[in-house]
Amino acid sequence: MGVICSAVLALALAAPAQAQERFITVASTTSTEQSGLFRHLLPIFEKKTGIQVRVVAVGTGQALDIGRRGDADVVLVHARPLEEKFMAEGHGVKRYDVMYNDFVLIGPKSDPAKVAGTKDVAAAFRRIQDARAPFVSRGDRSGTHFAELEIWKLAGIDIAKQKGPWYRDTGQGMGPALNTAAGMNAYILADRGTWLSFKNRAELAIVVEGDKRLYNQYGVMLVNPTKHPNVKRGMGQALVDWLISTEGQKAIADYKINGEQLFFPNAGS
Amino acid sequence: MAASILPLALDNVFYASNGQPIISGVSLAIEAGPSTIILGANGAGKSVLMRLMHGLLAPTAGSVRWNEQDPASLRRRQAMVFQRPVMLRRSALANVLYALQLANVPTGERETQALAALDEVGLRHLAQRPARVLSGGEQQRLALARAWALHPEVLFLDEPTANLDPAAVREIETVIKAFDAAGTKIVMATHNLGQARRLGDEVIYLQAGRVMERALIEQFFASPATADAAAFMKGELPWV
Amino acid sequence: MGAIGEGLRRVFELDTELWRIVLLSLEVSLSAVLLAVLLGLPLGALLAVKRFPGRRGVIVVLNALMGLPPVVVGLLVYLLLSRAGPLGELGLLFTPGAMIVAQTILIVPIIAALARQALDDAWREYEEQLRSLGAEGVQAALTLLWDARFSLITAVLAGLGRAAAEVGAVMIVGGNIDGVTRVMTTAIALETSKGDLPLALGLGCVLIAIVLLLNSAAQLIKDAAQRRFG
Repeated sequence: MGVICSAVLALALAAPAQAQERFITVASTTSTEQSGLFRHLLPIFEKKTGIQVRVVAVGTGQALDIGRRGDADVVLVHARPLEEKFMAEGHGVKRYDVMYNDFVLIGPKSDPAKVAGTKDVAAAFRRIQDARAPFVSRGDRSGTHFAELEIWKLAGIDIAKQKGPWYRDTGQGMGPALNTAAGMNAYILADRGTWLSFKNRAELAIVVEGDKRLYNQYGVMLVNPTKHPNVKRGMGQALVDWLISTEGQKAIADYKINGEQLFFPNAGS
Repeated sequence: MAASILPLALDNVFYASNGQPIISGVSLAIEAGPSTIILGANGAGKSVLMRLMHGLLAPTAGSVRWNEQDPASLRRRQAMVFQRPVMLRRSALANVLYALQLANVPTGERETQALAALDEVGLRHLAQRPARVLSGGEQQRLALARAWALHPEVLFLDEPTANLDPAAVREIETVIKAFDAAGTKIVMATHNLGQARRLGDEVIYLQAGRVMERALIEQFFASPATADAAAFMKGELPWV
Repeated sequence: MGAIGEGLRRVFELDTELWRIVLLSLEVSLSAVLLAVLLGLPLGALLAVKRFPGRRGVIVVLNALMGLPPVVVGLLVYLLLSRAGPLGELGLLFTPGAMIVAQTILIVPIIAALARQALDDAWREYEEQLRSLGAEGVQAALTLLWDARFSLITAVLAGLGRAAAEVGAVMIVGGNIDGVTRVMTTAIALETSKGDLPLALGLGCVLIAIVLLLNSAAQLIKDAAQRRFG
């Protein structure tokens, strides 16, 4: 009996002991974490402030849900409409632009839909649909998924009605979806960051990039302490302030993969 | 000095299992003094009768009553040794200590009493040996030590030597005789006539769940009252 | 085959990070096993020893709970420990503590059900003697547990295996936070989703090696004890 009590006590004590450490929880997305940005950025912030930043990286929908539940102090995602809804519901204090990165259309080097080189991504999508070329969609309510749906709309295609067996709705994260596309030699819309870190490319390459409509805006919000009293307001605000500060913005711009910049800071604009 | 837990009175006891009657209307009293042998063929119901008396089974009808109301006190003052000894996975000494601990013997006195019990059965030199690696005869002696460590008034033994070789049988019988001489009431079930004669003072002959006869040992062996008993004795091999 | 070789090389390049992941995996799963043993063994023992109305039903349910899907347990614990949930005040979500809680819940049925089965057999051997000596209920259950301790090692190993192998529960309640709640299984899932299959394979080999090691150690203890105690 005594052993049981000590074990439970030890477990219970471990929890508050952690609370005394200076840390905040940030809900963000898998694609952001997998780009490696946090590993580059957060040590700089931690060194400066002594605040440990713990990132829970999930899909955009779940990241915002974590914020709604008050399980995170800060939310950093890239789905503006959803962020504004979050703010309208009163879960956030204020929304700031932080940076953008872009999506790229990936496709097989053989390019059956003949889209390589075009700067018009909507036109490219139309050609893919015409050619019934294999296309992998994330289908998981993520920021990337919403961006893809937007482009179908811009191309004048009601994809829900007009899809065929060539359109694979996988319900997967970016990495697994890329794996699937590599396996099927299919087209897929991906964020540049995940693509640059992706090692299993097989016959795939970037076929379309640079269209302004492919830009992916990131927003950061402090979770509202009035609604969620446990939120670490001071430390959370410190992170938000730093991200939009000159120093933070420069750190974001400094992050490169193979010499290429991935994220473009735009907090001022 | 507390009153004796004897006599043990069985009043019209019935026991059935899965609809099969095993004990049918047994009424008897176990008194202090002479060692009692429960004799009978296999299947006569000896083991079940022993368990009813010891308290491991409850009768389906009738009553089993001791001269003692407190169940905890009763537990201490009558013990049982089974045909197959079941030892815990610990040393011989620890097995005896276990019984003493269950009876709430004060911690300081346990080891002394346990060692004394081992002495009584001649197992002192094996005190630290893991009980389960002991031989059959040694384990049965250990069971006797364990049962006897609390100095029970009544000791039930259910065919204690049925699985042992003749040398071990002799050792066990020696110990039982010593307990008898020390004043413990012995109630033993056996189908071994020689053993019954060697250890018993009176016989209760059981057949098909009924008490057929009860007599002093010599009288029973000289002239059993029922034809069945006579047949039983003829059929049993004379064991030395 | 080459992928495994490359994977192992990459894994050992990870050094401190690998150590941290391995140690956290061990800390979480071993803690969960310890708690599950403290809760599950007595439960299994009591079920083996005590007869009560509905006992058979409880055993059936317990056996069925062995198949609890880890991801479902993860989701339920997440809802419990979330700030929006009843136990939010504990602040356990996204910490190793939450992972331990989830894994404990997952493996208590395994340990309890397997223990009950082993102890049922043991009880058949011991029941008469223990009751004759005056041990009933809890006392008898504890004695039985201690005496059957070596045959219970199998049940404990089954629980440990389940805990070390699962990813669904710890991913959801831990959040796979870099440096804080990342364990072997969630790291493998992450590297796979990043497309870094050799590294994922390498980590997988390390995980299997550790589980094999623990099982071998337990088997050696069991054999040694059997020789000694009979």
